Order: sequence, then C-alpha cells, then structure tokens
Amino acid sequence: MSILVNENSRVLVQGITGREGSFHASSCMAYGTNVVAGVTPGRGGQLFEDRVPVFDAVAQAVRETQANVSLIFVPPAFAPDAIAEAADALVPLIVCITEGIPVQDMVRLTPYLAGKQVRLIGPNCPGLISPVASCKVGIMPGSIHRPGRTGVVSRSGTLTYEAVEQLSSLGIGQSSCVGIGGDPIIGTSFVDALRLFNDDPDTDLVVLIGEIGGSLEQDAAAYIKEGFTKPVCALVVGATAPPGKRMGHAGAIITGEDARADAKIQALREAGATIIPTPADIGATAQAVLARM
Amino acid sequence: MKIHEYQAKELFSKYGIPMLRRRVATTGQEAAQAAQEFGGRAVVKAQIHAGGRGKGGGIQVAASPEEAAEFAKGMLGRNLVTPQTGPEGAPVRQVLIEELADIQRELYLAITIDRTQQAPIMLASPMGGVSIEEVAASNPEAIYSQMIDPLLGLMPFQTRSLAAALDLQGDTARAAGQVMTALYRVFVENDCTLAEINPLIVTGDGAIVALDAKINLEDDSLFRHQELQELRDPSQEDELEARAAELGIAYVKLDGDVGCLVNGAGLAMATLDVASAAGAAPANFLDVGGGATAELVADAVEIILSDPKVTRVLVNIFGGILRCDLAASGVVLAYQRKGSNLPLVVRLLGTNVEEGCNILRESGLPVTFADSLAEAAQVIRESG
Repeated sequence: MSILVNENSRVLVQGITGREGSFHASSCMAYGTNVVAGVTPGRGGQLFEDRVPVFDAVAQAVRETQANVSLIFVPPAFAPDAIAEAADALVPLIVCITEGIPVQDMVRLTPYLAGKQVRLIGPNCPGLISPVASCKVGIMPGSIHRPGRTGVVSRSGTLTYEAVEQLSSLGIGQSSCVGIGGDPIIGTSFVDALRLFNDDPDTDLVVLIGEIGGSLEQDAAAYIKEGFTKPVCALVVGATAPPGKRMGHAGAIITGEDARADAKIQALREAGATIIPTPADIGATAQAVLARM
Repeated sequence: MKIHEYQAKELFSKYGIPMLRRRVATTGQEAAQAAQEFGGRAVVKAQIHAGGRGKGGGIQVAASPEEAAEFAKGMLGRNLVTPQTGPEGAPVRQVLIEELADIQRELYLAITIDRTQQAPIMLASPMGGVSIEEVAASNPEAIYSQMIDPLLGLMPFQTRSLAAALDLQGDTARAAGQVMTALYRVFVENDCTLAEINPLIVTGDGAIVALDAKINLEDDSLFRHQELQELRDPSQEDELEARAAELGIAYVKLDGDVGCLVNGAGLAMATLDVASAAGAAPANFLDVGGGATAELVADAVEIILSDPKVTRVLVNIFGGILRCDLAASGVVLAYQRKGSNLPLVVRLLGTNVEEGCNILRESGLPVTFADSLAEAAQVIRESG
C-alpha cells in the first residue's frame, strides 16, 4: 500500500509538450508511472512519445482516458488556470510543481478548491512518489528511492532527496514520499499528509521535514500529540536564517515567533516527535527509532 | 519587494486615501521651499526601506524653512541607522517634507495574508504609532481583526465592526471605513504582501488621515505589474543580494566566513544548519536553482567570492536536472575568473557525480571532497 497514488493511478500531465513537462513526463514513465494523457491547449491530437495522447482540455482527457491524477508543469502566470481546470474536471488528485504562482491567486483558488472533491499537492513542490507502487508523480530522481515502510513528508525538494538518500543508504526503504511545497499557501498540509500515513497499514514511521515560516509544523505537532499513532522523526531547517528575509522558498520567511525554527522544534519535541539534531543525521535518527520499535 | 514611504503614498493617493500635503526633496533648498509652502513648519522624513526611522533620528519636526533645510541636509547623502537597519544603516537619497498634523488619536491599520486561514486579514488597533509587534506583545487584546473572504472581498459590515472597535463614531467612522475599503483595493490590485498605515490619525476636527504608508509587494507577482517594478531602489539593498536577484539567484548575505553554494532552498537552509552545527558561521544562503547552467553557477560562485568575509567555500549539490559536471565546471570557471585560491569543501551527489569530481580534481583547486553531509560537517569542523 501507499498513500495518494498506487497501481491504479492514471496520470495526466498538464503542460506535457513544454520543456519541463516533457522531460519529467518521460522520467515518470521510465519509473513505471502509468501516464495516460497529456494536455496542452492547441496541441490536441498529437501523441507524446508516440503513445500518450495529447488533448486540448483536461475534461476531454479525463473523459477519454479516465485519468485520476494530474501533474502540472505550467508557467506561474497560467498555473492557477491549470489547477482550476483540473478541479473543474474533478480530477481527485492535482499535483502542481510550478514555482512562483502569485500568492493572491492561490488565496482566490483555495475556496474554489474547497468546494470540490479534489486534493491539491503543492504548488512549488517536487510531487510525490510511492516506491512500493512504482509510481512517481513528480520531479524527484527515482533512482534514490527503495521500497519500504517509512513515509517522508517535506516542504522542500532537494532536501527531501537528501533525506531519502540517507534513508536508502542505510537500507531504510520508503512507502511514500510527499513534497507538500515551499509556498505560503499550499493545498495539502503536514497534518493532511500525516492523516493519510496514519491510515496506511504499510507505513511504520514518518520522517517529517519542516522549515522556517508559517506554523504548519505547530499544527503537525498538535495532531501528533492528539491522534497520530506512529513514531515521527522531525527536522526543521533554517535555524540560521535572519528574520524578515525570504530564504529561497516564498514561504520560508520569519515573520513572527511561530515562524522560527526553534519554536517549531520545541512544539514537535513536546508532541513526542524524535528531533533530528542536524540535517546530516536524518538516516541515523530514523534507524535508531526503527531499532527501538 | 519593499518601496519607499513616498512611493506608497503616491499609490495610496490613486485610491483616494486622505493624506497630508507633502513633497519629495533631494536638497536642502527643495526642503526649505516645501516647508515654506506648508506655512513654514514641516516634518522632514528620511526615505529608507527600514522601519524605526524616528528612533534613528530620521524623522524631525522643523520650526522654520531654514530648519527644514538643515534637517534635510543632515539626512541626505548619509546612512541612517535605525534598530532595523543593522550597524551600517541605509543610504538616504530623498526626504519627504510633510505639513504638520493636528493629531488627536493615533490608530493602526494593515492588511496581510493569514497563512493559517489562507486568506487576507485586516488588522486594526487603537494603539497606533508604535510597532504592532510591541502591541501584540504588551496588549494583544488591543488588536482587532477581520478575516476577508477573497471571493467576497472586504464587506461593509466588517469595516463598520472595525471602526466600532476603534471607538470611532459618525463621519469619522464612515471615513475610516472608506480608508479600509481603499486599503483593501491597494492590497489586492497591487499584489501586496503587506499594506500598512501606522499611524492612521484622527485629527482635531475628526478627519481620518494616513500619516505613514508602508507597502511590501510580492516578488512573484511583479511580472504582471510593470509600473511597480520601476519603484525598485537597489541602493536600499545589499549590493551582492541585488546582483543575485538580477540573475535570478536566491541569495541572502549573512555574517560568517563559509560561503555556501547549494541547489534547492530547503537543502541550502539545511547546509547552513550543518555548517553552524559544525561550529562554523555561514556567509550566505544561496540556492542556485534546479535548471542552472554552468554559466549561472559561475555567476553564483563569483557572488560568493565577492564577499570579503568569505575564507572558504562549501559546495553541496544534489545533482538531478542540474548535473554535477555542470556545477563543477561553473565553480572552476568562477575561481579562474576571480583568480581565487580559497579552500573548497565539495559534496556532490547524483547525476554525473564522477565527471564533476574529476573536473574539480583536475582543476588544481584546493578541494576537499566529502561523500555525505556528515563528512562535510567533519571537514568544516577540522578546518575551523
């Protein structure tokens, strides 16, 4: 088992004919993902890699291919439209990789999405991967992953790869890895992802990687305390960041006490999570927790 | 992106927010002329991007045009140090000359995005004129808020509720409501991350006036606001940060001596934390991005090497779309251009890692390789 995606996932790629979209669609297919359709307005009728049909509209692609996951590679100015189009077609899982979407566009999209039975992952995220299901819906290098029973959830891209690399090199495989995104407003929170891991019988342990900005880590801490039944190893990066400066991610900015790394670490520690002392210790900490289980 | 008070006020005036008569001056003479026009007495306000100007002597009340000129000359061409600027301060290139106000009450009004509620929030307080952080710490009950439904916008009942909370009545309450509505339009139509009036004053005859104006614009939205891009003032930014921003590189200057080159923001923060945990102080945050070319990596390394505090460089690249060989070539190129010989600690992983390591090995640069973050930390610790 896995969370969010599995052997029945039928993926459509919005922006499949673009530079990034085509590169990553191919890479997902090579990993074993069932990419059933592409969408690029004006390019309907083409075939991607001689086998994946390209459509002009998401609704049409869903009708003809029964796609149930959309992976979005569309530039920031047009990505809100792409997300809304996927939601309008009721694609249950929408994964938006795009970085740089105006935050007020996300503010307006959020209530629209809330009225529909859809889940958005991201934006500004690496996507998700379930090695146990050989399904990759994102931009992460598939080769570093190993099937296993540890879940990973993170606000970052390359730092997630670092975490997975450390886990895999110690023989700790992953059930699913989800990058929830580095923007201030994202569709799926740590708590949402933790709930899914809680219900997944094939995940024993979760590695949670947070960073400065916002208070998603405190929300996660509250949920870990209340209802999460599995051990959590937690890392929060950005302890060295000065206040008021955006550290790359639009969401990684210290605007108040809660946004600081130490406040988040304290909340997670008090909730019972095992704190990963430095980013070099992700694998070793998970290994120690697994050894005690 | 931050803009100056005078620029924010120009924006406010387009939305009908009431303000005092004011004029931008770049010389003492211009300051005196403006003060003369306002009846002799005037306030002289240094234009810098940081707050806390009053505490740094950047806001002075002049009793005559001569004194206005004197204050202006004292500020112009110098760096103003405030509690928010750091010890070097920020350069003053304009002053804003404003007529004096008849202040009866000082209020606070602002709009920002509430990340938890994922919606805009309007904040108001009867305790204006001091920083809202101080009010939040000392009198949190004196901050009133209204969450705004982004599809409805700020509704009139919400402005009435806030005006009542601020203890405003009659025409004054109505005028405050109009300012709130206008401020919400400023916020939405210009893609602000913050629009703040502190203080918003009530005058002796019950009028509402914006005495200060602060606007932060969202960087990711500037592509659709050509006119706002022109408000950028690079003199207020760190020189290296401004150069990085032009190249599309996320770079934040810090105080330490370990220059850091990383791909990915999360990994970059993590790399700084690893260096700190190893007892070293990072000189910068730098995310060169996923789609970087060797040329862009070289530009990034040149920025790192341009910081005189840097004594060694830590490279941490998780190669994916950015291949390790391209990253390595970029590093070598920058070292050659700069003629630098600073020691490098290099951790490469992922696509074309062997090729990348070979390029660095054959370059003759003083490189120590690390296979993992833990090893990199060890090398940093030992090179203390």
